[in-house]
Amino acid sequence: MVTAQSHAGKGSFDLHDVSVTYGSETAIAGVSMHIEPNAVTALIGPSGCGKSTLLRCLNRMNDELGNAKVAGRILLDGVDVYDKEYDPVELRTKVGQVFQKPNPFPMTIYDNVAYGPRTQGIRKRSDLDALVERSLTRAALWGEVKKDLKKHAFELSGGQQQRVCIARALATEPEVLLMDEPASSLDPISTQQIEDTIAELKEYVTIVIVTHNMQQAARISDKTAFMLRESMEEPAFLVEVGETRTMFTNPGDKRTEAYITGRFG
Amino acid sequence: MIRLNGWSAIVILAAIGIFLAYGGARALGEVGFWTLVTGSEWYPTIAAPRFGFVPLLIGSAAVTITAIFLSMPVSLAAAVFISEFANKRFKEVAKSIIEFMAAVPSVVYGLIGIAVVVPWVKEAFNLDSGLNAMSGAIVLAFMIAPTIVSISEDALHAVPNDLRQGSLALGNTRWQTTYKVVLPSASSGVLAAVMLGMGRAIGETMAVLMLTGNAARIPGSLFESVRTITGTIAAEMGNVVQGGLHQSVLFTLGLVLFAITFLINLVADLVLEKQRRRWRR
Repeated sequence: MVTAQSHAGKGSFDLHDVSVTYGSETAIAGVSMHIEPNAVTALIGPSGCGKSTLLRCLNRMNDELGNAKVAGRILLDGVDVYDKEYDPVELRTKVGQVFQKPNPFPMTIYDNVAYGPRTQGIRKRSDLDALVERSLTRAALWGEVKKDLKKHAFELSGGQQQRVCIARALATEPEVLLMDEPASSLDPISTQQIEDTIAELKEYVTIVIVTHNMQQAARISDKTAFMLRESMEEPAFLVEVGETRTMFTNPGDKRTEAYITGRFG
Repeated sequence: MIRLNGWSAIVILAAIGIFLAYGGARALGEVGFWTLVTGSEWYPTIAAPRFGFVPLLIGSAAVTITAIFLSMPVSLAAAVFISEFANKRFKEVAKSIIEFMAAVPSVVYGLIGIAVVVPWVKEAFNLDSGLNAMSGAIVLAFMIAPTIVSISEDALHAVPNDLRQGSLALGNTRWQTTYKVVLPSASSGVLAAVMLGMGRAIGETMAVLMLTGNAARIPGSLFESVRTITGTIAAEMGNVVQGGLHQSVLFTLGLVLFAITFLINLVADLVLEKQRRRWRR
């Protein structure tokens, strides 16, 4: 029997002087920050400021791009995930990701959600059933799809597809969930549902979310990190990170204030 | 303009069919279609000739199906490697090799077969002669590989990167991602690739004519000599009386071949179109 794991207190990241280069171009440089467990951290900033690049460092998806090099140290619960010995495949079972565009696999809802657990060797039908139900429940989709789990995931609406993807990521029981503008391709009602889901999820996982939408960051996050790229010649950097409330009411940096009040970006 | 091209393609196809049927009219009238396609003996030049297509159909089927079975695993593996694992440089080199393989004239494949494959088959399987269905199939397997590799590579390439990323992000290796997500997503394209390879194999003439020994009888095994549909038409058409029954029978045989390849290609195209539509979300 698979028990509902609680990762309370686990899933904290510490970044020390992280930089990423693509070929000869440095995309982000000198990012140091702490990401708290069981909280929602929003990465905000104008487009092209390296938010997604930074996010992809946390589950080493940059590795898959071929020409990306990550320097600095990234610790997950104190363990260096860029250590030579550290297996990125294993990291990704602890750090899940939800993408900008819903990307369900061309299979049934059930098979989508059971995909990760099956890779991990869970085969028993009752265990998988329980995991699928729990994951879909946490992704706030269970009620809508419990009667047609055998339905092809492509037949769902965009918002439902994205929640299948959230359930799919949750099914491996990750400690951290990375979300790269998960609502940007969705309508307002679906966005609202995703945001509600996120608020409930932080009980189980640490959430790092990239968003363009400052209102969204203000609504859903506990911590906010503001990133900026001042010119194309220079790499992007982290301006500041702090409590979301403070960042939005009394930011420490003039550039943060300018961005938040809509003077640029 | 596009519509014009579409119609002209249909008109040309219909014209080919009508032309073949016209050439075969005498055979269809005197022998009958059913007798032709179910007759089990092919003795076209004896005093009371027998025109049964069955040995030829079996000959073509034996060579084609064996070629597909030999070519598919290797071609598919090559397509997967090129699409999913190879770096850019390797990809370019491999693609130009494959294009080159497709450009080699089939008579050259036949010569290589005579020089290399036939002696090898004779030796390896301890036979009196290496001119048999197996030799033909082995060489055909190479000839259809470019078709299977390039079309299945296209199908794999068309699978959105989103899906690969999604699978990798769930803690799957590249290999797991390939066989659990990418291959199933491209399955209909891969199927179409195999079918187009099959169409190419059935229609291939020169190499099989040179390699299969051309005995027009129902073979007991793959190590016996066979005669294919195409080999028969090519070998006999030059020796027939103009307007004679034998010539007309060969036209009918051509019509049968045309129908088979047309059907295979049609189904393959329908499958490919379905595959393309899948990602147009």
